[in-house]
Amino acid sequence: MNYIDSSLKVVGSRPIRPDGVDKVTGRAIFAADTRAAGMLWGKILRSPHAHARIVSIDTSKAEALPGVRAVVTAADFPEIKSEEAFVGEGPMNFRDLALNCMAREKVLYEGHALAAVAATTQEIADQALGLINVTYEVLPHVIDVDEAMAPGAPVLHDDMFTAGVDPKPTKPSNIAKVVTFKKGDAEAGFVDADVIVEGRYTTQPVHQAYIEPHACLATYASDGQVHIHSSSQGHFMVRAYTAKLLGIDMSNIRVNPAEIGGGFGGKTLVYLEPLAVALSKKSGRTVKMQMTREDVFRGSGPTSGASMDVKIGAKKDGTIVAAKQVLKFQAGAFAGSPIGPGCMCGFAMYDLPNVDVVGYDVVSNRPKVAAYRAPGAPITSFAVESLMDELAIKLGMDPLTLRQKNAATNGTKTHYGPTHVNIGYTQVLDAVKAHPHWKSPLKPGQGRGLATGFWFNIGGESSAQVHVNEDGSITAATGSPDIGGSRASIGMMVAEVLGVPATSVRTIVADTASIGFTHVTGGSRVTFATGMAATQAAEKVVEDLKSRAAQIWEIPFEAVEWKDGKAYPAGSNAGAFDPLDLASLALKAARTGGPIIAEVSVNAQGAGAGFGAHICDVSVDKETGHVKIERYTAIQDVGKAIHPSYVEGQIQGGAAQGIGWALSEEYIYNAKGQMENAGFLDYRVPVASDVPMIEAVLVEVPNPRHPFGARGVGEVPIVPPMAAIANAIRGATGLRMPDLPMSPPKVRAAFDAAG
Amino acid sequence: MLKQYVSATINGESAEFLCETQQTLLDVLRDVIGLTGSKEGCASGDCGACSVIMDGRLVCSCLVLGVEAEGAAITTIEGIAQGDKLHPVQQKFLEHAALQCGFCTPGLIVATKALLDENPNPTETEARYWLAGNLCRCTGYDKVIRAVMDAAAELRGETVA
Repeated sequence: MNYIDSSLKVVGSRPIRPDGVDKVTGRAIFAADTRAAGMLWGKILRSPHAHARIVSIDTSKAEALPGVRAVVTAADFPEIKSEEAFVGEGPMNFRDLALNCMAREKVLYEGHALAAVAATTQEIADQALGLINVTYEVLPHVIDVDEAMAPGAPVLHDDMFTAGVDPKPTKPSNIAKVVTFKKGDAEAGFVDADVIVEGRYTTQPVHQAYIEPHACLATYASDGQVHIHSSSQGHFMVRAYTAKLLGIDMSNIRVNPAEIGGGFGGKTLVYLEPLAVALSKKSGRTVKMQMTREDVFRGSGPTSGASMDVKIGAKKDGTIVAAKQVLKFQAGAFAGSPIGPGCMCGFAMYDLPNVDVVGYDVVSNRPKVAAYRAPGAPITSFAVESLMDELAIKLGMDPLTLRQKNAATNGTKTHYGPTHVNIGYTQVLDAVKAHPHWKSPLKPGQGRGLATGFWFNIGGESSAQVHVNEDGSITAATGSPDIGGSRASIGMMVAEVLGVPATSVRTIVADTASIGFTHVTGGSRVTFATGMAATQAAEKVVEDLKSRAAQIWEIPFEAVEWKDGKAYPAGSNAGAFDPLDLASLALKAARTGGPIIAEVSVNAQGAGAGFGAHICDVSVDKETGHVKIERYTAIQDVGKAIHPSYVEGQIQGGAAQGIGWALSEEYIYNAKGQMENAGFLDYRVPVASDVPMIEAVLVEVPNPRHPFGARGVGEVPIVPPMAAIANAIRGATGLRMPDLPMSPPKVRAAFDAAG
Repeated sequence: MLKQYVSATINGESAEFLCETQQTLLDVLRDVIGLTGSKEGCASGDCGACSVIMDGRLVCSCLVLGVEAEGAAITTIEGIAQGDKLHPVQQKFLEHAALQCGFCTPGLIVATKALLDENPNPTETEARYWLAGNLCRCTGYDKVIRAVMDAAAELRGETVA
């Protein structure tokens, strides 16, 4: 069914989330909060070198230390062949995943895991790590993306021959692949242009910086059954990856999803679980592992840093006639940066006749990148939306008008192939124009920036169950870990269909043995895809309840209608019966066919792309180079806000992460390729005093492919901030800041350079 | 490595425990006593997820040794509600949807209680600077600050429209 034009009672309201009380009282169980009798503590030995050959690993002294029960190295894991997988978010090569979890032959970045121990206490485990004797042959390393691409750069993988070029290169390099997207004829387009702008932009890798470090508890029983308790964006992903890396059947692994303390894409792959299982197998004991914050920075995440060249040509009236972009994305130590989305998203907001985009996926001696909120899109959009601002200035045109003039609409064919359908970009731009922030005069010394952003959003496989319990209360179960309030949105959709209050539905996240396969919580897919499964399951339950009432009343199924949580005879012809509520129907369940439940699994299609526009006012301290965000408004097409507070929260949180990416977050490496700021003191994420209130404006252009019109909302809001802030700084100071982060030293240097 | 005997008051009840001299109060709370509401996000005093109130002072329990708790009165997130009645700060966090993943929430709630104990009528700026030691990566702080201001008003006995 489709409820887009129905009057809704629950969807669109703001009830308290089902898991709320547990989370404000400290009762919610996150990954590190579980322990088991007799458990061991697992710890990881990490490489101090950015690039080195492992000559030998001697673990004998560590193994001899009293209290040490197991030591594992790559020798304890099956060697995995190169094989592409699509279980997490985006492509993943199983061989690379295995080598990232446990180095074999070479370490490829500082922090690369190469051995692990399990001991009776944390202190003994730490001591044991110090007793593992590794002989390294240190190799030259490379950190920067342009340097990694240069001839003569240290090569990380001697079997990496650039894919996507013909003929295949004869020599290995750090360029994993080249991708190209073309529409029309960009070179011919530039000939027609009245105005051409060009720019070179760089962004730094930034970490997802979830506050909960990765953690897990794993048991390998003597009958080969494995139980894992961990926090991730997908416990089915944990099961699949652990099974693959250890050669265990999936049916022998049960993964229990702990509460997850933030992920943002960074928990769509495994680091600890296969190691903990291997240690448990070797020791015969349950093993607990948890990363330190330093481990998180040195050994997990981040997203790519990039170097980009962009060129845009337009007519005097602002019509863009040609656009070109070259993107070089750091993948970290293994191939697989989000270069594809990077190439697609930059120009996706615009209806352009001629586009030419080339992207490079480049490895270097840094941690392997992981997904981070709209992977690739914020990076490419920083470049494109900064240059759009330059174009507006050069044309003497308002930046909003320039975007409206070139805006993608339904039917616009993108440069990467698909045609936009059911999108709300122009409505978002209209909302910018109508917003008081856009119309308000700027205060002296301040600058205002506008930038927009796009993300595909995805659907995919999800499973949901709806149970009418014996007393008529409702439990909804799904396979989607709840990172940001999805229990609430799922429960609300179920409640709406059943005609009961939101608080009558208890939503839970079921483990891998208790519900059908469900893809990760990523790609802004849960409210869309899992919501679709849950809605359909609730509809099946309603059909079932109606048939039970028909049986009890001995009238045809068609003569029963369901409203406000009760079965009614449909009109006087159906007979005069008192309505039957959920409790009455549940009471009679045994006599009318048994338990009342439904499980629905879907492969949801038609996620509905999202667009956002951010307006930002800044002031800049010329003496210190400090940029202060004075006012911030984030406008986004959300399709339909199921729980508006949590939709606003996604937008505000994404904007704040973007503010950090723009102004303060970066990895600082020393000459040896070691990270020098692996902690929250020196890797500066925004704190409460760094940001103002962030006004989230919800534009609702319904997505017809979802029963309630929802489209994904979690990723779009991190796309526009960096350019919005850069454009605001340009407005305030006249300085174009092409390199992130726009931190005080950089801004100060830009003032100095400008004289 | 002899364990030390420590006697303290935790959430209004007397507590005795044995701890190693290098163990932090956070480790004691989580691993010895079993109060896992206080979280470890950094173990270096930068994220505030382990915030507790010790003798009336807001501290990061990862920066306090277990043995330093001797004789102290400690309030953790588990001691903020009165039985099943949520503290107004907790209630306002729920009503304002001031949490997403909920991992930093215990620390934020404890820190907010400490703020309002000391300054019942903070400005938005004062609240933001007080909570600058509590990292939240999900919310962008907007709804957190609204919850804090609303809780402050309620505790002052003002009704907010």
